[in-house]
Amino acid sequence: MSFRFGVVVFPGSNCEQDVVYALDYLGYTADYVWHQDHSLAGCDAVILPGGFSYGDYLRCGAIARFSPIMEAVVRFAQDGGPIMGICNGFQVLTEAHLLPGALIRNKGLKFLCREVPLRVEQSVCQWLKPTTQTLRLPINHNEGNYRCDAATLKSLVDNCQVVLRYGAPDCAPGYVPERAPGYVPERASGYVPERASERVSERVAGGAPGSMPSSASDAAGLAGAAGTAEVAPNGALDNIAGICNREGNVFGLMPHPERVCDGISGNSDGIVFFETIAQRLCAV
Amino acid sequence: MSQDAPDLIDQSAIPAPVAEGIESLEPELARELAVQLGLKPEEFDNVVRVQGRLPSLTELYIYSLMWSEHCSYKHSKKQLRKFTSSGTGVLQGPGENAGVISVGDGWAVAFKMESHNHPSAIEPFEGAATGVGGIIRDIFTMGARPIACLDSLRFGTLDKPRQRYLFDGAVAGIGAYGNCLGVPTVGGEVYFEQAYEGNCLINAMAVGLMRESELTRAVGSGPGNHVVLLGSSTGRDGIGGASVLASQEFDEAAEDKRPAVQVGDPFEEKLLIEVCLELLKQGKFVALGDLGAAGLTSSASEMASRGGVGIDIDVHQVPQREDGMQAFEIMVSESQERMLAVVEPADWPDVQAVCERWDVTCTIIGTITDTGRFVVRDSRLPASADIVADMPAEMLAASAPEYDPISRRPTYLDELQNYDLSVLLSTPPRIPPTLARYAGLNASAEPSKVAESTAAAESDKIAKTGAAFSPTSPSSSLAVCARALLASPNICSRAWIWQQYDHQVMNNTVILPGADAAVLRIGDTGRGQMSRRGIAMSTDCNGRYCYLDPYRGAQLALAEATRNLACVGAEPAAITDCLNFGNPEKPEVFYTFERAVSGLADACEFFGIPVISGNVSFYNESFGNAIYPTPAIGIVGTLEDVAQAVGLGFKQAGDVVLLIGETNAELGGSEYLKLFYDVVAGCPPALDLEVEAAVQAAVREGGQHGLLASAHDCSEGGLFVTLAECCIAGNLGASVVLDDNLDAVFSLFAESASRIVVSSSPEQVDKLLDILAKYEVPYAVLGEVGGSLLSIDADGRVETGVTGDATNTTTIATAGDTASAAQLEIPLDELHRLYNDSLAQAMGA
Repeated sequence: MSFRFGVVVFPGSNCEQDVVYALDYLGYTADYVWHQDHSLAGCDAVILPGGFSYGDYLRCGAIARFSPIMEAVVRFAQDGGPIMGICNGFQVLTEAHLLPGALIRNKGLKFLCREVPLRVEQSVCQWLKPTTQTLRLPINHNEGNYRCDAATLKSLVDNCQVVLRYGAPDCAPGYVPERAPGYVPERASGYVPERASERVSERVAGGAPGSMPSSASDAAGLAGAAGTAEVAPNGALDNIAGICNREGNVFGLMPHPERVCDGISGNSDGIVFFETIAQRLCAV
Repeated sequence: MSQDAPDLIDQSAIPAPVAEGIESLEPELARELAVQLGLKPEEFDNVVRVQGRLPSLTELYIYSLMWSEHCSYKHSKKQLRKFTSSGTGVLQGPGENAGVISVGDGWAVAFKMESHNHPSAIEPFEGAATGVGGIIRDIFTMGARPIACLDSLRFGTLDKPRQRYLFDGAVAGIGAYGNCLGVPTVGGEVYFEQAYEGNCLINAMAVGLMRESELTRAVGSGPGNHVVLLGSSTGRDGIGGASVLASQEFDEAAEDKRPAVQVGDPFEEKLLIEVCLELLKQGKFVALGDLGAAGLTSSASEMASRGGVGIDIDVHQVPQREDGMQAFEIMVSESQERMLAVVEPADWPDVQAVCERWDVTCTIIGTITDTGRFVVRDSRLPASADIVADMPAEMLAASAPEYDPISRRPTYLDELQNYDLSVLLSTPPRIPPTLARYAGLNASAEPSKVAESTAAAESDKIAKTGAAFSPTSPSSSLAVCARALLASPNICSRAWIWQQYDHQVMNNTVILPGADAAVLRIGDTGRGQMSRRGIAMSTDCNGRYCYLDPYRGAQLALAEATRNLACVGAEPAAITDCLNFGNPEKPEVFYTFERAVSGLADACEFFGIPVISGNVSFYNESFGNAIYPTPAIGIVGTLEDVAQAVGLGFKQAGDVVLLIGETNAELGGSEYLKLFYDVVAGCPPALDLEVEAAVQAAVREGGQHGLLASAHDCSEGGLFVTLAECCIAGNLGASVVLDDNLDAVFSLFAESASRIVVSSSPEQVDKLLDILAKYEVPYAVLGEVGGSLLSIDADGRVETGVTGDATNTTTIATAGDTASAAQLEIPLDELHRLYNDSLAQAMGA
C-alpha cells in the first residue's frame, strides 16, 4: 500500500504536527505541504489541519483560502481527491466554497475545549463508514457554530452530506457523561497502544472506548433531521459537527480526531477516519 | 530607612565613552524628570557618577528603567541569594531568560513563571495575554519549544462585577494567546479573596522542551557581528510599563495608565517561535534574547553585559509603526513579539531567507563592539551629533542599586495567630446567601433522608433570609456546610476556566487539568517515536496561610506543590517562583517577604529542590492596602513512565479508601472559617517536613508499583472536599468512616498538611500497607469505593474536648450528641452539580 497524505501548513496552523504524528503512529506516510506551494503532486489524500491560519483576526480561514496552495486543493477536490479539513481546516474549506455554509462564534462566545459525544450519520462521506455509530472526540474552537440557509440544510440532509452530529445533551462541564476533572486515562495502567491493524469497526462494536457512557446514549433517541433540540455545545445548526460535499470526498469537521489516536488519554476514537480513507486508497 | 544607594561605583572600571559632546539635560530638568521616572534622588546621583556628567534624555530614560524595581530586583536581590539554585540536573539557574533542567535521555526542560499583575488589573484581556506571550518568549529564547502553560491567578470575590470582569477578561486573554500559539494550557490555580480586589495577580508559567545540546543563552559576543531585531514593529505602546506600572502602587490615577499596557499579537509570536527555533537549530544565532520589560533597552544592555562586550544601536533602523518617535521612545517601548539576535555577517543571508519564508520582519539595527559601551545612535540626526546615549553596558545592567530594606514584624501577626477560634466555632456557621442561592442548597436533599431533609429545610430558610443555622441540628449544619464548601468559588471545579484553554494540542497531555498535577508525555514534539517519559507540573500557594504566617505559609506552598507531584507519581525536579508582595519599602511588608523567602528556601533545602528561575512582583497594593503575601510556586517533576501516572478519581467499586497522613484539630486560615464566619485568623496548618516527605515518598512508591487506583491530596476544604472530588472525578460513590477521635468539623474540614487520600484494590492493599509501614507514615483505612452516594460517618468515637494543640482545640456546636449526628450522605449527581456548576453560576451564567 503506497499512498501519501499531504498536510497543508498555513502560517498560524498549529495542529499540523499532531496530524502528522497521528498518521505516523498509525503507520501511514505523511508530508507537510507549505501554503506557498502550488502543487499537491504525490499526495493521495490531503488534510487541512487546525490552528489559527494568519491569526484568524478576520473571519477564520478568510485569508488562508487565498494561499497559493488552495488553487491546487480546489483542483484536487474537483478531481475527486479525498480532503479532510479539521477545525480551522473546516473553516478554510467553507471559505473556499468547497463545502457549503459557514462557522461563526460559539454560542456563549467562549472558546470550548472538551471531549464531546458524537453521532455518526448515514452519509456519503468517504472518510467514515456508517458502520461506526458513535464517537467521542475532543473539540477545541472559538468558531464552531455551523450555519447555513434552510435550502442548503435541506440539501445537506437530503443528499446524506451530514456526517457527524453532536449527539448527547450538552451537560454542564464535567457532568456525568462528560469528562470529569482529573479524568483517569482508562488505559493508564495497561497502556497498550492500538495499531492500525486493529479493525476499527470491531473495536467500536466491542464496546469501550468507542461506546458512549450509558447516560449519554439516550441521545441516540434524538431525531436526526432539521429541527431537533439543540445539543451542540457551540450552538451549531441542527447539531452539525461535520459535513461533506455531495461526492463525499471533501469532508470538514470541528472535532480533532488526530488528538485521540494513540490512546494516551484513554481514547482512540480518532483512528477511524484515517483508517477508513486508507482502506479506500488501498482498494483503488 | 537605610535606603541610601551605596556608592559602589568604581570609576576605573568604567570603559571610556565613545562620543563627545552628548547633549546633557539641564541639571534641574534632569532631577525633576528623574523623579517622575521613578528614580530616587540618590539613584540619580549615581547615574551622574557613572556617566561622569549629567545624563541625556535617552540615557535618563534608560537608567530609570534598568534601575527600576522590575528590572533590577534592587529590594529583593539580597533575599533571593538564600535560594539554592544549583544541583545535579540544573543546566541553567537564574540570571537567564529561564532556568533549564535535564530530565533524562538527553532531554532538557526550560521553565519560568512571571507576573503580569499590574497591566492585568488595568486591562485584563491584554494584560493576561501579553503575560503569556512574554513568558513564552522567555522559553523559546533558550532554544526550547514551548510545550505547556500554567497560570496562578488571584482576584477579589466574584460578587463584585468589576472582579467578574477582571476574571473573565484574564481567562479569555490567556486562552486567546495560548490557544492561537498552539501551546496547551494544562494547569494552574485560582483563588478569590478580598485582599486581591484592587490588585489581581496574573502569574503565568511556561515550560519548554529541547535537547540538552540545543541550550542557547542571551550572551552577546563577537565584535563586528550584526545586532538583529526580529518580529513586530515598534510603537509607543507599553512605554514605561516596567517603571510606571510594575514598580508603583495603584491609586486613583490607575486608569490613566491604560496606555502603558501592551497589546498582544499571538500570530506574530507563533511565527517568531517557528523562525527562531529553525534558525537556532541551524546554528545561525550567536545569541538570542526577547524584548520584555523595558524593551530594547534591557535586552540589548543585558546581552552586552553578559558577554562583556559593547553594543551600538541605531534607532533609525528599528522598524516603527508610528511616525515621529523619539530615540528614547524607541528604546523603551514595550511593543510585543520582538526578539533580538546576534548574527555573524556570513549567516545574515540565511537568516533573511528563513524570515522571508515565514513572513517575519528582520532588520539589522546595530553592531556588537569591543568598547564595552552601550551606544544609541539616531542616524536621522547629523552625523556629528547622532549619538544620543553612551553608557557603560556592564555598569548599566549589573550595577543597579541594591537595598537592604528595613524589616519589622507586623503587629497583626500576633493578634491573628492568637485569635481564639474556639469561641468563634461555638457559634453557628453562616452560609453566605448568594452562595446558598446559586448552589441551590434548598433543592438539594433527598426527601427520604431525615437528616438531609432537615438540611434542605434549613438551607431553604437560609436562602430566603441569609440567617444563621440553629446549632440545635448539628448534622444538618454539617450537611449544608459540606455542600456549600463544595460550591465555594475557591473550591469548586475549575472546568469553566480550563475548557476555555486548549489543553490538548501537541498530543502529549496525559493527565488533564483538574487533577493534582498535569502530566505531559515528552519526546519528539513532531513526528517521532512514542516516548513514555513524562513531566508533571503544578502551581501552588495559599495566600491566607502566608498572611497568617509567611514562613510556614511559603513552606506549605512548597509542601503542597511537591505533594501534588507525588499524587501523580512524579519526582520533584526543580521550582520556579513568582513572589507577589506589597510595597517593600514598608517595613511590615518587607518582613513578610523576608520570612516567606526564608521559609521557601529552607523547605527547598530540605527537599533538595533547586530554585532555577523566578520573578519578584512588588508594589501589589491599591490605596495603601497590600495583597496577601503570595509566593506562588511553579514546580516541575519527572516520571519515568507516564503509564504509571495516577489520577485523582476513584476507579473501581470495592476498592479500599485510605487516608495517608493525619488530621489535626486545626482550622486556622481555613476555607471553612472564611466561608462561614468570614474570618481569616489562627495559625495555618502545622507542617512537619519529615512527615511530609515520608507521606510523599510512600505514595510515589505505591504509584510506581501500580498499587494505587487513585491518589488525591487534601488541601482547601479538608478531607470532605478531597473525598468528594475523588467521587466526582471517578463518578463513583464511597462509604467511609472517619474514626479519628476528632470533632466532626475537624475531621471533615481541617486543612491539615501532609495528607493524601488513595484508593487501592483489595488484592493490592496489603502491599500498599507494607510500603506505608516501611516509611512509618500514619494512615487510616476509611472505607470502600462504590454506590451512588458519598456517605461519611464523621462521628467516629467523638470525645468532646479532644486532645491536641491547645490553642486550636475546641468543642463546638456540631459535636455529635447522638450516634448518627455527624452522618453525611450526598448523592453523586448532587456532588456533580454543586462542584461543577458553581463557578459558572458565580459568573452569572
